[in-house]
Amino acid sequence: MMQRLHPQATNKPARGSLLGIEHMEAKDILGLLKLARRMNPLKSRPLLRNKRVVLLFYEASTRTRSSFELAAKSLGAITCLVLSSGSSVEKGESLLDTGGTLRAVGADVIVIRHPSAGAPHLIARHLDIPVINAGDGMHEHPSQALLDALTILKHKKSFKGLHATIVGDVYHSRVARSACHLLTKVGVPVTLCGPPEFVPEVASTLAPGLRITRHVEEALRGTDVVLLLRVQKERLAGQKIRVQDYVARYQMTAARLKLARRDAIVMHPGPIIRGLELTSEVADGPQSVIMDEVRNGVPMRMAILARALGKAR
Amino acid sequence: MANDKSRPGSLLIKGGHLIDPAAKINAPMDVLLREGRVAEVALPNKTRGGADEKFDARGLIVAPGFIDLHVHLREPGQSYKETIATGTAAAAAGGFTSVCTMPNTAPVVDTPEWVSWLRNPERAAAVNVFPVAAATRGSGGESLTDFGALQRAGAIAVTDDGKPILDDQVMRMALRLGAELNFPVVQHAEDTRVTQHCSMHEGPTSFRLGLRGMSAAAEAAIVDRDVTLAQQIPESRLHVAHLSTSDALKAVRRGKRAGHGHGARVICRVTCEVTPHHFTLLDEDVGEYNTHCKMNPPLRSATDREAILVALADGTVDAISTDHAPHAAHEKQVEFERAAFGITGLETALALAITKLHREHKIPLTRIVELFSAGPARVFDLRSRGSLARGNFADVTIFDPKKRWTFEAAKSRSLSRNTPFDGWPFTGKVVATVVGGKIVYRTE
Repeated sequence: MMQRLHPQATNKPARGSLLGIEHMEAKDILGLLKLARRMNPLKSRPLLRNKRVVLLFYEASTRTRSSFELAAKSLGAITCLVLSSGSSVEKGESLLDTGGTLRAVGADVIVIRHPSAGAPHLIARHLDIPVINAGDGMHEHPSQALLDALTILKHKKSFKGLHATIVGDVYHSRVARSACHLLTKVGVPVTLCGPPEFVPEVASTLAPGLRITRHVEEALRGTDVVLLLRVQKERLAGQKIRVQDYVARYQMTAARLKLARRDAIVMHPGPIIRGLELTSEVADGPQSVIMDEVRNGVPMRMAILARALGKAR
Repeated sequence: MANDKSRPGSLLIKGGHLIDPAAKINAPMDVLLREGRVAEVALPNKTRGGADEKFDARGLIVAPGFIDLHVHLREPGQSYKETIATGTAAAAAGGFTSVCTMPNTAPVVDTPEWVSWLRNPERAAAVNVFPVAAATRGSGGESLTDFGALQRAGAIAVTDDGKPILDDQVMRMALRLGAELNFPVVQHAEDTRVTQHCSMHEGPTSFRLGLRGMSAAAEAAIVDRDVTLAQQIPESRLHVAHLSTSDALKAVRRGKRAGHGHGARVICRVTCEVTPHHFTLLDEDVGEYNTHCKMNPPLRSATDREAILVALADGTVDAISTDHAPHAAHEKQVEFERAAFGITGLETALALAITKLHREHKIPLTRIVELFSAGPARVFDLRSRGSLARGNFADVTIFDPKKRWTFEAAKSRSLSRNTPFDGWPFTGKVVATVVGGKIVYRTE
């Protein structure tokens, strides 16, 4: 065997970084979820008093940005939002230089959302402060997978014996990649469902415990958790499948949902497109926990920030 | 010792083991070089002429000078990445006595003037430089360049490397004109209509990393089409650059078989080259977004690498070429999708060939030497090179196939450091490189 490839930067990401779920151990995941259950956004705990949390967003975001900001503030931290537009990024500053600049102004942790897969890894390898991935291209969105897991736990008590189904555009989805890693690590088998353009065969190689079906009825039968993904019309444009075909074959309707377990929950990372991946009846129905997910975003991200800055106790 | 028989500019390489596949020699031999040519090849201590310089090659392999059919030396226009002088110094250190430069510079080498500029002694090249010129104006893929004028200026082939010649009609005309002039058309086989925004090979690793992948079919489809076109054009010459997939090899085999018509008449000549990184690494080596594993064509699957190893051994592959593609650090230390494609390769090629192909996969040294010398010389018809027959150019590569060493990118002679092989332990090292009878590189 030949020596491993030499890493480009000798630095490892700083302790407390959260770059993805893929390389996390189940016990870390469960520990973070436990911590999140103790976090209460309404009762402020100044765990991170005077800590500086920089939110570096290269991409639009409502939920993730606001909940990271509120999570940081609930813990007493000072937050600073940097958007790619209106910053030196527009003038051509590189990601590494931007990271170095933010470190120099005193950032204690950087939360980054970026359209390029791996951008958080690049910045984390070159900085001595923790970096939290708030979504990188099509790669991972670890805080979303964690808050979804928290939502499942709150409704199902435990992961034991559960089965999950993910329907939609898995290929383009960082939410799906993180969810697949997380759920299979905690012992929940996952069925992926969608047309080959959205769920290519290679998707099953992502993690052990994944299977693929093209039939939504088969995917739903007996499942406990239904995770729907947004279907972007512009992405359907280049594909062989037409919008009306997708709706006919994969849209979550009340009738289809009946195939799942009676107490199955319906999740969606948002934003939802009513009439495309799901009907209003399902979105607003009794099994929908979509608003719970958003709500759980704040305590989950409080736990992630507390862990990042070594204040997890 | 009195040296009254010696003449100026003579060098005797003594005591080495000569491997010259084109001459079918694999034996201890002394080689006498004089006035830029091979004067004598004789059994040990049997050369008749004297020499004013001697090189002790005991325990070493003496081979025809290595020829790299595919390098990017970045001049004109991008001398912050590499220059002819630094790139050829790296070539010399890697045992290459001749390099063929790709035309995708700034500006593109699409005129006889730029071809002459590249060959001008002012460029201070340490080894022979053979320019490959652009096949279409500005490598825009639309109108052919003046092949005849480029050839007269010293270009040895044409290509739009970095990009494919996509249009069927343009490719057909290029092959047809190439056939008239005995001028190889070198294809960068990539159907760019299906590889937009892609940064690595399409497979489990690209899916895991959330990166758009180039399918193997995007390469094979172009090679397949080109072979079909070449077969319709008598005496056309198609050379597939940096071939990386199993399916593209199938198309090349089809071209080689059908190239020979009934009897001895050759219809077309289809050749191909493979890079050291494609016979060494896999797509999964991208790991966590290592941009030093980002190149085009990308690192491929284990199946593809297996097929390449078979083709290197069985003769389907004509040459090992480096696709030496230097880039500045700031062009690699960026988001993976934004990082420049390509790695340096001149100084690690032989070491990878010996370490991986010879020691690990048991490909004989004679075949490896062929892939670096006689093979590439045939692909571009480099007359009087690729073999140390008497009268040929005195280009010689001397190496130690057993020497263990560790490659340090920081000590590279290239201006750039973008290599995935920094810190790799190797077996097999170049000891000296001789160009035109002069030693241009020697290990310290």
